[in-house]
Amino acid sequence: MNRHDDQASPYAGLVDADAHDQWAFGTSFDDPLAGVDTTLADGIDGADLATYCVMLADDALICTQRLAQWCTNAPEIEEELALANIGLDLLGQARLLLARAAAADPTIVPALPEGSPVPAEDALAFFRDEPAFRCVRLVELANGDFAHSITRLLAFSTFRLAALQRLGGSRDPVLAAVATKGVKELTYHRDYAARWFITLAGGTGESRRRLEQAITAVWPYVDELFRPNPVEQRLVAVGAAVDSSTLRGEFDSVVGQVFRASEWSPPTVLPASLVASRSGRDGIHTQALSYLLAEMQSVARAHPTGTW
Amino acid sequence: MPMTTAADTVTRAREVAATVTDPEMPMLSLVDLGVLRGVHEDADGCIVVTITPTYSGCPAMANMRSDLQRALASAGFDRVEVRTSLAPAWSSDWITSGGRRKLEEHGIAPPHAVRTQASGAIPLTLVARRPVVQCPQCDSLDTEETSGFGSTACKSLHRCRSCGEPFDRIKEI
Repeated sequence: MNRHDDQASPYAGLVDADAHDQWAFGTSFDDPLAGVDTTLADGIDGADLATYCVMLADDALICTQRLAQWCTNAPEIEEELALANIGLDLLGQARLLLARAAAADPTIVPALPEGSPVPAEDALAFFRDEPAFRCVRLVELANGDFAHSITRLLAFSTFRLAALQRLGGSRDPVLAAVATKGVKELTYHRDYAARWFITLAGGTGESRRRLEQAITAVWPYVDELFRPNPVEQRLVAVGAAVDSSTLRGEFDSVVGQVFRASEWSPPTVLPASLVASRSGRDGIHTQALSYLLAEMQSVARAHPTGTW
Repeated sequence: MPMTTAADTVTRAREVAATVTDPEMPMLSLVDLGVLRGVHEDADGCIVVTITPTYSGCPAMANMRSDLQRALASAGFDRVEVRTSLAPAWSSDWITSGGRRKLEEHGIAPPHAVRTQASGAIPLTLVARRPVVQCPQCDSLDTEETSGFGSTACKSLHRCRSCGEPFDRIKEI
């Protein structure tokens, strides 16, 4: 039989029909918000909502890149699977949030050559320069050892779970839906990090020593999670965002529980210094982010129209 | 396509959509999995299929979408749109009883009912819950969880102490 009918070909399912689905670096689901109503609710500024969604997305995207770096490097294959799975959940959240941001304000999407097959959320992930990234500095820090990565994941997942739970009530229905789904995922992530933290604290002298070093390195970046910023505050006023500073109580209570179970006192460290009172949310990052972005973006940037 | 009423068309489209299976767990249809949320015909005669992701980053969504489009096109539906529904979020409680039976028959332990979270902060679970999980191979209840994260986003890894076999389980979410 000599039929080249796409519908009959057993290979048809491997390639999607839409042109931009075949961009070499993205995923093949052409629009993660296909059929979702992205109309802005009354009183919500599109540019502000886009920036806010980019903040939440960048936290997840950059954390995912760090988690992915554990592939082939984790202590055991179960932990490798766990870290990669956590990254996959966060990457899914990042993708939906970047797509939501692009729909709320299309002007934020980097311009690409005419006919480019790159969807908006991939353009935002791969073609923005470092100052346009709005992630907190906590997620960009180098992985360090396993204790370091677990300590960072504990702080990040505790903060993000508290934020997403409240964002389930956002007046932006898309953000609310992404957050509500994310809560279920983050609950698993936080439990995973907390259990490993306690295991390392109660392990050997060496594991406890490494955990202590990890806390010293990671905890200075915790304060920044709760710093209010003007975009967030404007959206809080219209019921679309959560005021980060109000999350500190829940964060302290949850990590306090983990520290107590670890027979450890909550750390007293000075917050990492800001740059003219600016930090990650303002596009001011540590050196670590530039190396991370080079690794994450360079191939896509070298082949912006690459398809397969 | 023979002349049919609109209701017949939608019924037939729903039947076709219900034959599409999960790419990772082909023993389950998208209906068994609770991912297929609706099939209807819009005012322009386009068949609109609505699906919801199991996990935010589930890579199988792309395949489900193209499999739905191909199955419906093969059945003679020229215009098909697959839409995403984000709310309400998918729950493992939506896996049908038939789906649970098929999972067990294929060596995957089905999830228990999800514990509903009352209002307030979500509590930490510092000691892994040890739900009673029955080995899908030998039916023993003497099993242990080896990892909370498995081969796909929706599964955890387990081992049976009686028969020694490892097995997957769908997590509660």
